[in-house]
Amino acid sequence: MGHKTALHAQHQALGAKLVDFSGWEMPLHYGSQVEEHHKVRQSAGMFDVSHMTVVDVAGAQARSFLRHLLANDVARLTHKGKALYTAMLNEQGGVIDDLIVYLMTEPGASGEWYRLVVNCGTRDNDLRWMADQAVRFDITLTEQPELAMIAIQGPKARQRVEQVVSESRARLVSELKPFVGHESEGWFIARTGYTGEDGLEIMLPEDEAEAFWQQLLDAGVAPCGLGARDTLRLEAGMNLYGTDMDESVSPLEAAMGWTVALEPEDRHFVGREAVEKMKAEGVSRRLVGLVLTERGVLRGHQTVIVEGLGEGEITSGSFSPTLGHSIALARVPAGVGETAEVEMRGKRVPVRVVRPPFVRNGEKVFS
Amino acid sequence: MSNVPNELKYVASHEWIREEGEGVVAIGITDHAQDLLGDVVFVELPEVGDELSAGDDVGVVESVKAASDVYAPLSGEVVAINEELEDAPEMVNSDPYGDGWFFKLKLSDTAELEDLLDADGYAAHCESES
Repeated sequence: MGHKTALHAQHQALGAKLVDFSGWEMPLHYGSQVEEHHKVRQSAGMFDVSHMTVVDVAGAQARSFLRHLLANDVARLTHKGKALYTAMLNEQGGVIDDLIVYLMTEPGASGEWYRLVVNCGTRDNDLRWMADQAVRFDITLTEQPELAMIAIQGPKARQRVEQVVSESRARLVSELKPFVGHESEGWFIARTGYTGEDGLEIMLPEDEAEAFWQQLLDAGVAPCGLGARDTLRLEAGMNLYGTDMDESVSPLEAAMGWTVALEPEDRHFVGREAVEKMKAEGVSRRLVGLVLTERGVLRGHQTVIVEGLGEGEITSGSFSPTLGHSIALARVPAGVGETAEVEMRGKRVPVRVVRPPFVRNGEKVFS
Repeated sequence: MSNVPNELKYVASHEWIREEGEGVVAIGITDHAQDLLGDVVFVELPEVGDELSAGDDVGVVESVKAASDVYAPLSGEVVAINEELEDAPEMVNSDPYGDGWFFKLKLSDTAELEDLLDADGYAAHCESES
């Protein structure tokens, strides 16, 4: 296997089951992914997400470049530190990647710059695409591979972090608004995450990661692997790139329509024409939630049958530890009603069709 | 390395077999199998009274990660199933050779016991699969 994060030795010492994830040796779990999942829903868990790619965009035209590159509009970032979830589309309106962009300076300030966090599996392709798109803009793209990233998530996450960090960082953590991040003494601390719980994502120099991880462990924060990360994000109704959408899928077919800023009308962004055309013609498929309350587990790639309309496919399916039954995201014919059937192990099983998310802040939220 | 108790017998499809006397055996899945599956969330078992033939697909273990068929390692009649797995499937992970047992068979042909793997044979089989 290839790359190791700055926390690799910690994972080994904690008995993690390590797996290859897009060329990185990452923890799948440290014993039980279900127990890790519950820790995040009930108190606090932490994830090493240092494999994710951080790219800083600076220069006089940073804003106009990102307004061209991204389907959501960075002009919506009206104050320093604010984060925006967005897709990066190709000309056909397919999703090249989904990412978070932070405005790192006051809007319009001289020296304005942005920080992007993109998926690790799409790193090479993303960097190539961004560099190609940047040709006509006066900007610089700087990858920050020397940053480690730790996500601390759960109702007790911020409290636990406050216990172990410096006074000024603790003050920032207690005052930070949701979906905002700020720098503090060389760390970038953001109130964001991928679990549907309150929590933080902290980027810090690699050589400080191990000590911080250890302090969090000592404070009772449970180490959690990619397994729990996947069931948590699925319960939260959050897409996983490469599974729920990819370059062949429009954001309108991936429940990401809300992230595409068609206003103002005079902003051109890559993929705009394709998305507008699809919107005008109507989408034939959409991403929905499925719920199976009987025994059995919905799995990716299982066929979904919508009577009278045709077939679709489960894009992500798993057991929901919080709900005690299976849930899934599925791309199905757009006219789907409240029920469908899934082909599971040779049998057709009825499922309910719901609007994700399934779980937020520890509670069931669909009806 | 996973735990492979010497007193048990095994089949290549990762079930273990414990002889309990009078032609009755208890069956479950091995520590190696539960480790590969990860957290078990459902176990579907045959019913008491079912007549099984060795090699039959008789149930399913579903973990968070994957679904895996359960095979009858021997022929016979199901005389008991572990009903506690309904509410506590995680026992398959925590105690695969004890509380996590699946079902018991009254064998129709005890000669089939001769075909099973011993602990060394099973360990070698796991090694060859990895």
